[in-house]
Amino acid sequence: MTELAIDIEGLTFAWNDGLPVLDIPRFEVRRGERVFLRGPSGSGKSTLLGIVSGVLRAGRGRVCVLGEDLGLLSGGRRDEFRAAHIGLVFQMFNLLPYLSVMDNVLLPARFSAVRRGRAKPDPATEARRLLNELGIATTRSPARLVTELSIGQQQRVAVARALLGRPELVIADEPTSALDSDARDGFLRLLMAECSATGAALLFVSHDTALGGLFDRQLSIDDVNRARPQLEQS
Amino acid sequence: MKPLVGLAARSLWNRRGSAALTVFAIAISVMLLVGVETVRIGARESFARTISGTDLIVGARSGPINLLLYSVFRIGDATTNVSLQSFELVSRHPDVAWTIPISLGDSHRGYRVMGTNGDYFRHYRYGNRQALVLAAGSAFEDDNEAVIGAEVASRLGYAIGDKITIAHGIGEVSFAEHGDHPFRISGILDPTGTPVDRTVHVSLDAIAEIHEDWQGGARSAVTAPRHPYDGDDPESAQAEEVARPALAGITAFLVGMRSKDSVLQMQRALNEYRAEPLTAVIPGVALQQLWQIVGVADRALFVVATFVVLAGLIGMLTSILTSLRERRREMAILRSVGARPLHVFALLLLEAGLLALAGVVLGIAAAHTALAATTSLLASRFGLFMETGGPGVYDLVLAGAVVSAAVLAGLVPAWLAYRNSLADGLTIRT
Repeated sequence: MTELAIDIEGLTFAWNDGLPVLDIPRFEVRRGERVFLRGPSGSGKSTLLGIVSGVLRAGRGRVCVLGEDLGLLSGGRRDEFRAAHIGLVFQMFNLLPYLSVMDNVLLPARFSAVRRGRAKPDPATEARRLLNELGIATTRSPARLVTELSIGQQQRVAVARALLGRPELVIADEPTSALDSDARDGFLRLLMAECSATGAALLFVSHDTALGGLFDRQLSIDDVNRARPQLEQS
Repeated sequence: MKPLVGLAARSLWNRRGSAALTVFAIAISVMLLVGVETVRIGARESFARTISGTDLIVGARSGPINLLLYSVFRIGDATTNVSLQSFELVSRHPDVAWTIPISLGDSHRGYRVMGTNGDYFRHYRYGNRQALVLAAGSAFEDDNEAVIGAEVASRLGYAIGDKITIAHGIGEVSFAEHGDHPFRISGILDPTGTPVDRTVHVSLDAIAEIHEDWQGGARSAVTAPRHPYDGDDPESAQAEEVARPALAGITAFLVGMRSKDSVLQMQRALNEYRAEPLTAVIPGVALQQLWQIVGVADRALFVVATFVVLAGLIGMLTSILTSLRERRREMAILRSVGARPLHVFALLLLEAGLLALAGVVLGIAAAHTALAATTSLLASRFGLFMETGGPGVYDLVLAGAVVSAAVLAGLVPAWLAYRNSLADGLTIRT
C-alpha cells in the first residue's frame, strides 16, 4: 500500500480557452497528513480539487490518489472511486434541503457499498455517533430537516457526512469562510480531531492564512502551481 | 438505481406545491381520457347489445338509421305508419318464424309507451340473445294491463297492481292525458340495460282503444301535436267506422326468419314491395351505419382528450425544466457524495415518471369514481350503460402509455441536467 494519499506529477490543466490554469510539477500529501493549502480565489485551487476528486480529468501528467491513477479510470469509475474514498466539504450549502439531517449524512452510504461496509457497526449508528461528536444533537429528532440548522451546524453535518464510512481522504474547500471566528475555531478543531480519529488525510483549502498553524504542513498554491491564471474559471 | 427512487420522491416532496399542480394537471387530463374512452366503449356496447336475434326491422319508407332509431332506441318518431295488411302479409309468409308489432306515440311521464302483443315477450332478444324476463307479475292479458321496464318501475316507484294513465304524445309533461283509460301494471321486467327498461308496454288493442274517439290528435276540437295514430291515411278513417276499434297501422315491426338464408331475399322483397312503400333493414347493418356516424364524434373526442393529456405532460416538462436551474446545487452535492452523471440523468427521469404515475393513478381513480357516481344518470338521460367494473386492462394500458410518454418527455430535462452536471462537476454556478 502506497504511503501517499495524493501523488501528483507533471500535471497541467487548461480550460477550453487554452490558458493554463494548473502547472504542478510535484504535489504530495501523505496518508493521515493534514495539509493546509493557502491561496486567493482565482488561483486554480478549485480546479485542483476537482482533479483530485476525479470530477475533472487532468490535461497531462499523472494524478494518483491512494495509489490509484485517476487518469486510467473512466468517468464512472472515478465517480465510484470518489464515493468510496473521498469525503468532500464545501464552503456552504453542503446539504440537500429535502433530506433530514440523518439522511444527508447517510448519502455516501447510499451511493457507495464500500462506504456502507466500512461504517461500523452500521451506517445509521455511525452517523449518529459522528453527529453527536460534532455537537449536533440527534436525540431530539434525528429526522429533523437541515433547514432548521444554523450555517455552523450545517457545516458540521457536512463534516459528519464527509467522514461517514471512513474515507481515506477528506477535502475541504473553504469550509469556514461562512462562519464567524468563534464558530470557525470550534469547527476546525472538530474537523481535525475527527480526521485524526479515522486516520484520514485532510486537504484543507482556504485563503485565511490565520488557520494554517493548526495543520501538519501548510503551503501556498503559488508554491505548488507554476501557472498564474488571471481568473478562476469555476 | 434503487437509492434514487427515495431521493426523487423526497426532492419532489420538497417542491410539493408545484409538483402537486403538475400531478393535478396530469390527473385531470387522464380523467378526461378515461371518461371519454369509457363512455365511448359503453356507448358502443350499449348500441350493439340493444337488439339481437331480430333479422329485419320493417317500417314505413325512410332511412335505415331513422327506422332503427325510432323502432329500437325510441328516439325520434316515424313519419308514417305501416299498414296492418302489410304486417299480416309478412307474418303469414312461410319463411317467417315470428313477427313483433311495434306501435309508438304515447308516453307515460316521459317514458315511451309501446303497443305490441304477446309475441314481444316470446321472441324479443337483446344482448347475447337474452330473452325478456319478468321480475314480477305476468305479461298483459287484456287491454287494461301494462308491463313496465325495470327503470320505469324503480324511478317512478311502481309495483304490480298500480294504476297508471298514459299521455298522448311524448313530452314529459302532457296536457292531453288518456285519463279515461287507466292501465293496471301487470308485470315488471328484469333490467336489460337497453331502452326496454324505459318502456311501458301495452297491447295493440289498448292503443287502438284509447285513440278510438280521438280526432285530429285530441278529443273534440282541441288541437294537439300530430300523432301517428291520428289518421294520416284514408285507411285510418275507414278503420274508425268499424264497430270494434281497430288499429289503423303500426309504427314498425320486427321479423325473425326461419332460416338466415332467406333474410336478404325477404329484405329485398319488402324494400321493393309495390302496395306500400316500406323499408326493411338488418339490425346489425343499420347499427353499423349508425355507429359510423356516432363514431366520428367519439373519435374526435378521443383525439381531443389525447391532446389534453399531451398538454398535461408538457406542463410537467415545463415545471421540471424551470426547476433545473435552481437545482444545480442539488446535483453538485449529489455528485460530491458519489452520484454519477448517469445517476443525475436517472433521477430526473424518475422524477418525471413519478409525477406522471401519481397523476395517472389519481386521474384513473377520479374518473372511475365519477363514472360510478353518474352511471345511473348516463343510463337514464342518454341511454348509455357503462360497465362499472372499476379500472381494468384498458386503464393499465393507458397508465403505461402516459407514464412512458412522461419518461420520454423527461429525457429532455434529464439530458440537460446530465450535461450540466458533467460541466459543473462539484462547483456550483448560479
